[in-house]
Amino acid sequence: MILEELEKTRKPGLAALRTKVRALERGGRPLRVLPLGPAALDDHLPGGGLALGALHEIEGARAEWDDGLVAAFCLALVAPLAAALDGPVLWIARQADLYGPGLAARGLDPARILFVRAGGDREVLWAMEEGLRCRRLAAVVGEAGELERSAGRRLQLAAEAGGVTAFLLRRRLIAPHRAEPPSAARSRWRVAPAPSGAAPLPELPGRPRWRVELLRCRGAAPGEFLVERDDATGGFALAAALRDGALAARPAARGASRLAG
Amino acid sequence: MERWRRARRHAAQADWPASPVALVRAEAGRLSLAAVDGAAELAGLAPGMLLADARALLPGLKTAAWRPEADARALARLAAWCGRYTPWSALDPADGGPGGGLGGGAGILLDVTGCSHLFGGEAALLADLVTRLCRQGFTVRAALADTPGAAWAVARFATSAGEPWSVVPPGRARTALAPLPPAALRLPPASCELLARLGLRRIDELIDLPPALLEPRFGPELAQRLRQALGAAAEPLSPLQPVPPWLARRVFAEPILTAEDIARGIQLLAGELGRRLEAGQHGARQLELTLYRVDGTLHRLALGTSRPSRDPAHMTRLFADKLGRVDPGFGVEVMTLAAAVTEPLTALQLVLDPMATGAATGRDDGGALAGLIDRLEARLGSGTVFRQAPTESHLPERAVRRGPPFGAEPPAAWRRAGPRPLRLLAHPEAIEATALLPDRPPARFHWRRVPHRVVRAEGPERIAPEWWREDPARPGSPRDYFRVEDEEGRRYWLYRAAGRWFLHGLFA
Repeated sequence: MILEELEKTRKPGLAALRTKVRALERGGRPLRVLPLGPAALDDHLPGGGLALGALHEIEGARAEWDDGLVAAFCLALVAPLAAALDGPVLWIARQADLYGPGLAARGLDPARILFVRAGGDREVLWAMEEGLRCRRLAAVVGEAGELERSAGRRLQLAAEAGGVTAFLLRRRLIAPHRAEPPSAARSRWRVAPAPSGAAPLPELPGRPRWRVELLRCRGAAPGEFLVERDDATGGFALAAALRDGALAARPAARGASRLAG
Repeated sequence: MERWRRARRHAAQADWPASPVALVRAEAGRLSLAAVDGAAELAGLAPGMLLADARALLPGLKTAAWRPEADARALARLAAWCGRYTPWSALDPADGGPGGGLGGGAGILLDVTGCSHLFGGEAALLADLVTRLCRQGFTVRAALADTPGAAWAVARFATSAGEPWSVVPPGRARTALAPLPPAALRLPPASCELLARLGLRRIDELIDLPPALLEPRFGPELAQRLRQALGAAAEPLSPLQPVPPWLARRVFAEPILTAEDIARGIQLLAGELGRRLEAGQHGARQLELTLYRVDGTLHRLALGTSRPSRDPAHMTRLFADKLGRVDPGFGVEVMTLAAAVTEPLTALQLVLDPMATGAATGRDDGGALAGLIDRLEARLGSGTVFRQAPTESHLPERAVRRGPPFGAEPPAAWRRAGPRPLRLLAHPEAIEATALLPDRPPARFHWRRVPHRVVRAEGPERIAPEWWREDPARPGSPRDYFRVEDEEGRRYWLYRAAGRWFLHGLFA
């Protein structure tokens, strides 16, 4: 609550104090972050990027359809991690439908991904926790439908202890009817499709664009960004900032009206 | 060598009424006795008798169906249980089958060379074996001698109900065999009959005869059996299970029951096995834990490792995840841990191989990948951790195969074809699509009952079936793939084959 108060006042003199409080919260360790590329996005996030050694949740706007989108956004976050670190990426899922040639076409060597096929949500979460204890991994990605509060907290603690970044992709066929309680994850993202960018011919699909919504993040206000994937780097660039200021002042409400469409 | 014989185990089962009991089989349209218990034998019944005759002699006779396969299974289980004494246990190859065959009973052969001191000497070992089997409800005869043949003979012909076991001292096989009948030499009934007619009723009478006299009448078998029993000819045993050269064994003074005790036992065994593997410069690829329970049953747990390992902590942790499934029954008396499959592993390899460093050396391997993979596979099943590797195939679903988690092979290059989706459905899903023109992408389609309007599209990319793999009776059709984007910006990989449309993958 105090942090949010500070956020609202936005007095420049408080910035130093804020960093100090955050450092105290983490037990004095410096916050390691991964810059995502687009300046507007990085400036929005605490520390100037995606927090490493933490759990991040990613979900699709239409839970039953956006699996490809969610995987692509997650890979865009994982690819720089894999490039910077030695170890493989552990990818745990019930259905191993991630497609090697598709990965290779996006500049990520499929041999860097260690796939694990688990029987159910509980096993996915168990395997993620085991993986997070292993410091040799570049990142741990799990696909699960549900994340209970205690399981989320365990994963977040394991990620903090081991310094390995974890991504949980919410994958389910039926969207939940009611809002879920916030989990212990450091941030939560929702990815929706957007009509693609310019192409040489108007009838061809252009660069994919996603409407990326930061639903919740510790130390940052919610925000919404329209990003475009950059085929050359495998990362993404900002297409346009959407209602950024307006969203920052609003509480983190999520409504069906804001689904991309 | 030691042998024991089991007779009529059914009769002694606790839930059976007091004897007499006989096992009955149908043969040539008639019911005859296959096996009888002690009380029935006293009343004059014998295997081979017709059931009607037996009922006339003994109206109160209880019967049960004779099931030789079940007996064979039970015997095999018992032989496996005997692994608590020695890893070298085998079913008796001379037996015609449980309840029948030569000598009238089923047998198990154990090679206890070098094992008896663990149980306080040969006599103590035999006494222990007989007592335990009797407690399980078996009628047992046992003997220990220099050769399998001598032990077989003594167990069946020189023991009695009052004295069910006997130890033949080393070098005394000849003396022990001398007074026994020729049937003790594992001879077929026809030979025994002929010997009896010739007046040869004791083995010592046979020993002195020159082989040239016996061979024309009895064939080579008699002389061979005689030499085997006396130790002049070798008789190899083939054990029930291949004997692993790397094995650690622990016998508990008191049966253990709790998971903590079992975990502690595994830790001790792993330490011992690790030391042996280290001395032999090997690492285990497959581990097998066997728990011998008080009630004569056993529980086996096997698991594999992704790399050769001999780190006790690593081996212990692998089993830790499986302990929940271990059922100690009424208690565990003996535990063995064996490395069933090993690979050479030198100390130098451990230093040079960064992946295995933590897993195989003494230090804690919280960061080692091999340990993680083994833990995951131990719980989720083997083959659940893999990498994707390319194969030479045009068909999208065949372009990927599962490779081992550690890249033994050089990384292969991925083909650069047309656009490929990020997620490929396990099976292409049929969709309803309408295309305005042939060879054109669909204008709209229904997937999972929801309509999509195609705004942009790319294609077609034609992928022909692989005729050299196809079933010639059902040739596949070529597929025309399109990458389409709907009005919301979602991208799909569709194809048309033989006039029907399918959705095969999802793009970013």
